[in-house]
Amino acid sequence: MPPRRFLTILLPAVAGALFVAIWIFVRASLSEDFRFLLPAPTEVLAAFRDHGDELWRATLNTAAGATLGFLAAVVVSFLLSLLLSLSPLVRVTFYPYLMLLQMTPIIVFAPILVLWVGAGLKSVTIITFLICFFPLAVNTTQGLVSTDRNLVELFQLYRATKLQEIRRLRIPAALPYFFTGLRIAATLAPIGALVGDYTAGSSAGDGGGLGFQTIIYSSQAKYPALFATAAVCCALGFVFVAGVLSLSWFSLRKWHDSYDRADT
Amino acid sequence: MSSAASPSAKNVPPAVEFRAVEKRYGDGPVILDAFSLNAAPGDFIALIGPSGCGKSTLLKLIAGLSPVTAGALLLGGRTTTPESATTADELAYVFQEPTLLPWLTVAANVALPLELRATPPDRRAELVRAALALVGLESRASYYPRQLSGGQKMRVSIARALVLSPQILLLDEPFGALDEMTRDRLNEELLAIRERQSWTAFFVTHSVAEAVFLSNRIVVMSANPGRLHREIRVDLPHPRTPATRRDPAYHALVDEASQLLRSVEDTVAV
Repeated sequence: MPPRRFLTILLPAVAGALFVAIWIFVRASLSEDFRFLLPAPTEVLAAFRDHGDELWRATLNTAAGATLGFLAAVVVSFLLSLLLSLSPLVRVTFYPYLMLLQMTPIIVFAPILVLWVGAGLKSVTIITFLICFFPLAVNTTQGLVSTDRNLVELFQLYRATKLQEIRRLRIPAALPYFFTGLRIAATLAPIGALVGDYTAGSSAGDGGGLGFQTIIYSSQAKYPALFATAAVCCALGFVFVAGVLSLSWFSLRKWHDSYDRADT
Repeated sequence: MSSAASPSAKNVPPAVEFRAVEKRYGDGPVILDAFSLNAAPGDFIALIGPSGCGKSTLLKLIAGLSPVTAGALLLGGRTTTPESATTADELAYVFQEPTLLPWLTVAANVALPLELRATPPDRRAELVRAALALVGLESRASYYPRQLSGGQKMRVSIARALVLSPQILLLDEPFGALDEMTRDRLNEELLAIRERQSWTAFFVTHSVAEAVFLSNRIVVMSANPGRLHREIRVDLPHPRTPATRRDPAYHALVDEASQLLRSVEDTVAV
């Protein structure tokens, strides 16, 4: 194994171990009365065991909302970006409203959504969609209008149709921008679903997600379970980001400069 | 091969004919003023002049990327409009940059004009191979542009231009960004390709030596507005080789063109 490769595994592992050591040390230095503030790593693991079933169900529910909202945002933002890229006039017409959409606080919007479509997966999906939509639309539009002028002239020279220009030139050229938006959206999607679930999630039956569990655990003062929930949210985020990063790697590695080095 | 003054030339319309062409963008200044020039089929015309003399604009007009504002521009005796799709197969452009699509392989880049012009897929592979063979890059067909050197990228760009067997080849300082050795090599290769294909070339350059080496006519232009200042005939024999660069006649022409260019640039500076 080359030493460089070895270090990229070893160093994070050491940092992780150090983190847990500090955790244990801080807890040990707290007086008995305040130890409940920071559960021990073993307590968090125990919480995983005790609440495993409900956490797993909640994770699946949240993941479903995150995935649906994320995919919907990708599809809709892509179509909108194509429309926006057609002319500067179209852009000035719609940009203020796009901004408006971004500015609307989800916490205010959630009760309205509950009123319209009811609490549960639909609301969570829509909230995730709203959170993911903006960075995707902005980046993809930017990519579609930033095509190298020389390449556009090349296509004009060969009398390419507008459709050929979009399909063969503008969309592939926009891919790096699209993936930038996708990476941002991937980190936002699980957070969006969690916030959505917290504010507009289902509380009936098995419909609740991680946001709902957060409400339950905090009201019952089950702090180790809260830490476990945080860890699960973290893992869900990792899955999303890792998925997008590998998709990006697959699409761009052969030709894009950001993948020039084989060892990164 | 490419002697313009063949006996039948009287009946053949000029490949490119400028008739008192004027060009301005919007209400802007006149870029090109009363420009008249006849290019016979097979002419290799080098365009030199100070920056702002409208050399590149001239190429864009021929390519139909931009319309003339006054006068007329005829290709093969026919008036051109930006919409005339018929000229697209006959024209090719080599830009200052290689302008390759980075997400396509070398072969796919060269195939792009064929694809845009709806050439039957079964003919494409063969034409691409032939074009890559012209520039000596068959072995790089499956590479991506970023894996190539600057000179190789330019070769691919030339192969892409030649894949449709154009009648007119427009080159806008294609070798300007390359080192001198590579530039000389590519000049020789370009002329070698020309022994096998016949096209009328317009070649914009800042290098007088390159202009003399490649062309049979050098058009010296003046700036503000861009005008045809003087034309120099280059009667150096073909094939031109590295030995041509040691020919006293070659040096005399380089001197003549350099002096003309300097006189034009002096008037601009005043």
